[in-house]
Amino acid sequence: MTSTVSFLTTKPHLIVIGNGMVGHHFVEQMIAQGGHEEFNITVFGEEPYLAYDRVHLSEYFTGKGAADLAMTDGSLYNEHGVRYFTNSLVTEIDRAAKQLLLQNGDSLSYEKLVLATGSYPFVPPIPGHNRENTFVYRTLDDLDAIRACAKQVTRGTVVGGGLLGLEAANALKNLGLETSVVEFAPRLMPVQLDEKGGSVLKEMIEGLDVKVYTDTATKEIVDGESAFHRMNFADGSHLETDLILFSAGIRPQDALAHQSGLTVGERGGICVNNHCQTSDEDIYAIGECALWNNRIFGLVAPGYAMAKSAAGHLLAHLLGNAGVTFTGADMSTKLKLLGCDVGSVGDAHAQSQGCKVFVYQDEISQSYRKMVVSEDGKKLLGAVLVGDNSYYDTLLQYYLNAIDLPEQAQALILPAMGDAPVGLGVDALPATASICSCHNVSKQDISDAVCSGALSVGDVKGVTKAATGCGGCAALLKKVVDNELLALGVEVSTDICEHFAYTRQDLYNLVKIGEIKTFNELLKTHGKGHGCEICKPAVGSILASVWNDYVLKKEHISLQDTNDRFLANMQKDGTYSIVPRIPGGEITPDRLIVLGEVAKEYSLYTKITGGQRIDLFGATLPQLPEIWEKLIAAGFETGQAYGKSLRTVKSCVGSTWCRYGVNDSMKMAIDLENRYKGLRSPHKIKFAVSGCTRECAEAQSKDIGVIATEGGWNLYVCGNGGMKPRHGDLFAKDLDDETLVKYIDRVLMFYTKTADRLQRTSVWMDGLEGGLDYLKDVVIHDKLGLCGELEARMQHVVDTFQCEWKTTLEDPEALKTFRQFVNYEGSDNNVVFVEERDQMRPATELEKQQLIAKVG
Amino acid sequence: MTMPWKLICKKEDLVEGAGVAAIVNGEQVAIFYVPESDNQVFAIGNWDPVGKANVLSRGLVAHLQEQWVVASPLYKQHFVLASGQCLEEDISVPHWLAKLEGGEVFIAVN
Repeated sequence: MTSTVSFLTTKPHLIVIGNGMVGHHFVEQMIAQGGHEEFNITVFGEEPYLAYDRVHLSEYFTGKGAADLAMTDGSLYNEHGVRYFTNSLVTEIDRAAKQLLLQNGDSLSYEKLVLATGSYPFVPPIPGHNRENTFVYRTLDDLDAIRACAKQVTRGTVVGGGLLGLEAANALKNLGLETSVVEFAPRLMPVQLDEKGGSVLKEMIEGLDVKVYTDTATKEIVDGESAFHRMNFADGSHLETDLILFSAGIRPQDALAHQSGLTVGERGGICVNNHCQTSDEDIYAIGECALWNNRIFGLVAPGYAMAKSAAGHLLAHLLGNAGVTFTGADMSTKLKLLGCDVGSVGDAHAQSQGCKVFVYQDEISQSYRKMVVSEDGKKLLGAVLVGDNSYYDTLLQYYLNAIDLPEQAQALILPAMGDAPVGLGVDALPATASICSCHNVSKQDISDAVCSGALSVGDVKGVTKAATGCGGCAALLKKVVDNELLALGVEVSTDICEHFAYTRQDLYNLVKIGEIKTFNELLKTHGKGHGCEICKPAVGSILASVWNDYVLKKEHISLQDTNDRFLANMQKDGTYSIVPRIPGGEITPDRLIVLGEVAKEYSLYTKITGGQRIDLFGATLPQLPEIWEKLIAAGFETGQAYGKSLRTVKSCVGSTWCRYGVNDSMKMAIDLENRYKGLRSPHKIKFAVSGCTRECAEAQSKDIGVIATEGGWNLYVCGNGGMKPRHGDLFAKDLDDETLVKYIDRVLMFYTKTADRLQRTSVWMDGLEGGLDYLKDVVIHDKLGLCGELEARMQHVVDTFQCEWKTTLEDPEALKTFRQFVNYEGSDNNVVFVEERDQMRPATELEKQQLIAKVG
Repeated sequence: MTMPWKLICKKEDLVEGAGVAAIVNGEQVAIFYVPESDNQVFAIGNWDPVGKANVLSRGLVAHLQEQWVVASPLYKQHFVLASGQCLEEDISVPHWLAKLEGGEVFIAVN
């Protein structure tokens, strides 16, 4: 014990001041490179929360909670011995003594210090700027205060028409306020847009009922007559409003640098070198508080790059090099503001020496595009897009990689005419092309990931983190991945097989809309040839999902894989295993005895499964109906372990027995299992229900996970175990029983309707553009207007459930197919068992030879 | 020359679009009934040489590259119904001529 403590204390102390996105990323970088073993790391954050996603802050108003925006719940820090303190303001740095002073009076010494203090909103010093009902837009607390005020009033105004100001205006509009924007400059987004672009954007935004005042200076804010405030403008006019939000730019938070005498820029910002070291070599500054080459970088990607370079420099002795240096960053951006696409690349204002410009403007559909090219017309220097960002990715790649422009370069911003190819094939991108700037992932990184086995966009995301930052590169990422797969000779055609030039989702829709009831009908109307082992079971499953017919009906029987055809799971020797349904894992002693008796009678190998059921192995084909007759007589139903369908709902005993249980997880598990047991889906589905947060049922590793809380149930979706385990994502909190079932109905039906063949829920969700958020939009906010239909479809499946084994036993035609041989009553003499640990198991090849030799 | 046709079973014993197993001269044979094909019925060995079990009769019938095949239920290799040839590996299973006549199924045995 003593040795551990002294060992810990001998590690140098690294303190990070600021726990915003960049500060957090720095800690992540340190941990990733083993820095937590080199340093004792301590993090101080001024806010009450650990780092959260400020880029998507506005989503706090559209349903996201603080937990959804959180970048970490602290577990990353805890697991790696990083100490962290929220609500902790550092007030002083004593550089001589290498000590920090905290607001609460504590002091702490450091060897290395990282300032990630970010920025603060600039509030213009207009008289009246600090009246009541005036706000800034920076933290979760700011947003709470804005929301509270917005409930009481009707009119809101944003001062500042830049990127953040328009984002804030959108938020006010979403809060139901009549919204205005007041901008001092002659146009909106003066940094990113040129004059014409700004005016097109203004028109578009005004079309959305947001009043825009450009070229307008506010002289003072006083008491209003019809509203809380009156803003008096320099030109003598005025605007009455109840709430004012200042979003007039940011200023670097460099107070500690001033206090401790670090070099700061004339207009603020802590001066740093290419390693992000300040004028004191033991102190680094990263993110929006840092001034590099006399520039502040107010975007998250450059902040991440700074974090990376500071971490690399701190660990240079470990890595054997000084790591990457920070040498500036691209400030190109694209975003959707109030539903309007805006993009800006490089030199948007055409300030480069001798540059030339192409402009395209469409006043009818309201779009504006400009390309700035070099004097010789060969390179793209910058671009402005308003109204349609579909041109952005291509332009950005031309710019970032200095790719030679094509001869008719203007085509890059012209609308697509006929079928002329537009845009840059990803093939043309150099290997160094940056695909994801948030996580600095190049085309080469993606190609490496694909080569080492990541064969889907979801996998590549997992390996490289590409498209997991702002998500803006998701479409481009998909193109690159598809292209790499093609280059590897992997078929990326989305056709399900040679017989149907459709995806599974297409087929689902064709079946439903065309009211198609059989495979042959679908093949005749929409396919060609005679079908194969890919399309037949897929269509069989779709027909079952949509119409919920008995799967062994004569017209469906040849569609089923052997497991579905014989309603059991084939094992390596051609015998089958049998899994009766045991909902929630709850079973009476009498039924348990029946299983034991049946297993004994047929000498079946017996094992408890991971899903809290009992699997009976070694039944021959003709034994299956006999065994099921006995099981059904004892009240069992098929467990559908053979189908792409709901397997089990794992559960703990919950509040009925457990002293920690907060809700009846047992009853919920049984109800859910009985509700969804008949659903045929693109792949198997597993559920679990835990009775409290101790999570004994491991619900977070299931497709659908339910955890009891004091307020109801938390719903997790799209987790799985297996080859690539994935934790489920928290989908909704504190649901009542009815809402829980409603959401599960919708998620499962939407999955069944839209997923690809053999696609688990996790891969399906990662493949949805917008991922979890999109799924929430569809299921919770009914974005597609589908929820009614999804619920009705699920209800149909629930209402028409039949135990396939019961139906089979009543159908002499179906029973006939369980004969071992059509012309002989004997058994398969290749099925040989030996005994091991008092049970039967298949003999190995060697054992068979020895047995045969003995008999012979 | 007359083929040595051997009666195996009735047409009703077959499953449309799928296979059944039979014993012929002590050997396991998989018989497939494919009404859309010219031949209607096919017979190949029931033994899957890859999975090493008697299961081919329980595989899914497919039509690939203009040929009728069965996909093994164990590891999914395809065997051509008319020749027994495996499409993925250089192996084959025995095959017999088969015919459907007067509601009865025959295969040619030596």
